[in-house]
Amino acid sequence: MTWKDVVETTRETEQWPERSFEDLIGSTRFDVHERAHIVVDDTVCRDCPSRECIVACPAKLFVPTSDGGILFNYEQCFECGTCYLVCNNEGAITWTYPEGGHGVVFKLT
Amino acid sequence: MADVDVVVVGAGPAGSTAATVLARAGHSVILLERGPFPGSKNMYGGVVYPRILDQLHPEWWEDAPIQRWVTRRSTMVLTDDQALTVDFRSEKWGRPPYNGATAFRPDWDSWLASKAQAAGATLVCSTTATGLLRERGRVVGVTTDRPEGDLRADVVIACDGVNSFLAKDAGLYGEVDAANYTVGVKETLGLPKEVIDERFAVRGREGVDIEILGGTGGVNGGAFLYTNFDTLAVGCVLKLPALAAQELRPEAIIAGLKRHPAIAPLVEGGDVAEYSAHVIPEAGLAMMPKMTGDGILVAGDAAAMCLAAGIWLEGVNFAMASGIYAGEAAAEALAAGDPSAAGLAGYERRLEDTFVLRDHRKLRRAPGLVLSDRVQHLYPEMIANTVERMFRVDNPAPKPGLRAIFNSERKRAGIKLADLARDARDGLRSFG
Ligand SMILES: Cc1cc2nc3c(=O)[nH]c(=O)nc-3n(C[C@H](O)[C@H](O)[C@H](O)COP(=O)(O)OP(=O)(O)OC[C@H]3O[C@@H](n4cnc5c(N)ncnc54)[C@H](O)[C@@H]3O)c2cc1C
Ligand code: SF4
Ligand code: SF4
Repeated sequence: MTWKDVVETTRETEQWPERSFEDLIGSTRFDVHERAHIVVDDTVCRDCPSRECIVACPAKLFVPTSDGGILFNYEQCFECGTCYLVCNNEGAITWTYPEGGHGVVFKLT
Repeated sequence: MADVDVVVVGAGPAGSTAATVLARAGHSVILLERGPFPGSKNMYGGVVYPRILDQLHPEWWEDAPIQRWVTRRSTMVLTDDQALTVDFRSEKWGRPPYNGATAFRPDWDSWLASKAQAAGATLVCSTTATGLLRERGRVVGVTTDRPEGDLRADVVIACDGVNSFLAKDAGLYGEVDAANYTVGVKETLGLPKEVIDERFAVRGREGVDIEILGGTGGVNGGAFLYTNFDTLAVGCVLKLPALAAQELRPEAIIAGLKRHPAIAPLVEGGDVAEYSAHVIPEAGLAMMPKMTGDGILVAGDAAAMCLAAGIWLEGVNFAMASGIYAGEAAAEALAAGDPSAAGLAGYERRLEDTFVLRDHRKLRRAPGLVLSDRVQHLYPEMIANTVERMFRVDNPAPKPGLRAIFNSERKRAGIKLADLARDARDGLRSFG
């Protein structure tokens, strides 16, 4: 183990305890509306080899399923637009803003 | 019959300044905002440069909701285990009229919208504009998600931000290309004010702005670290196609940045108070839409006016300026009774005559250069290694000359002299 590795592991375990993504995004407020403002057509995703959305969505809302599909949940969404911009497949993502007054509510940004 | 002279869509910096100008000129204005309050949907890095408000809101600093005045500005180049920092501080920037300030957008945008309300504009929150109303090819208002929510107006000003569905609906945009966009992701970290003061060597309301090249896990982009009053803003800006083409997720890139030996001691112990993301129109002039149509003007990020040129990331000031000019031009057109594209031509004239388009023209090569593979992946190592060898004492070996070190590091990084010369020329043309 090099000195650098030691520093890395100490930092990871002591100062930066493993923090789940749920905790991270749990720090942000969302006033969820019952209508899904983004709808993903999983049948298009099944034929998508590149799957840009999975790594790029900052809210981690595109989850690959074991049978080759995509599971999408609109609730903790930043409404940023990254997904429709990176997705190259027509019809996969239907993107709108949530109803007025709903969705993400930033306070310290 | 129009319900109102002007509908301004979006109570961000562009929309609120446009509404203020129009209301002061005596026009009826509705300022629509889809969030529950202005700024609730808006995220940025965190520094505003408000001098453009000197005329609209004289002595704006008296009541502007700022976190800290930026008196110290650093530019950092990071490799995996090195850091080169150029650090500048000026006491002048801590006194009126100031230079830049860290501020939270929910505070800043609410404050700016309250000025529009004070001028007589009607702010309507929690209402999303869902499309444009048209008559004989002319824009005559917007549809909204309120019951019977159509709003008819002589002029619509689209200040609806980077995704501007209104400008797209009006046919003002060409093809939308993901390569013109970056996504910004940040953590707001809570730390006691005294700890921030000590770590960043500032006092009172003084603050620090650190812009970072490198530290983005190999994804083309940049990173930042700003001091707020008792929080830090740490995050990165990532080019969309580059982010999508690799494995590291945005939150992992920030986690790596926070572990960098040059950053870790500054952010250690900070609790995440909020996690956020927003897209930036990064390509400047190359991606701008048509700004004017019959009955419609487009301002701010909706018109890709954010200046993203490496050492500068300025969008709020460009948005506020374009909002002011859109408001003035719309007032002019209404007074002349001609809200057609021809009647609204005063808008683009003003943009051309001021820093808004002048800076963008001068810096038109900068976004491409700063996000290029050489600047992103090869130059940081070359520069850091050169500096490391310059300051390394290798006795008994004598000190090598700087030129020899530089040339050997350039070759080691695999950079052709011709490419370096071309980038230097583009850099000088842009920043010189
Ligand atoms: C990560 C990051 C870092 C940045 N750092 C800086 C920085 O340090 N300094 C700086 O000056 N700039 C920075 N910027 C750029 C800056 O944030 C933008 O350029 C600026 O916010 C643009 O202002 P705007 O008024 O045009 O748009 P926005 O601020 O996006 O405002 C648009 C408004 O319209 C509303 N809206 C949108 N659609 C609708 C609709 N259909 N109906 C009703 N309302 C709607 C939104 O809710 C929002 O309030 C940064 C941006 C990002 C993402
Ligand atoms: S959303 Fe688009 S990028 Fe993601 S898997 Fe489906 S088709 Fe592919
Ligand atoms: S808009 Fe942004 S946060 Fe929401 S799903 Fe798309 S990429 Fe994720």
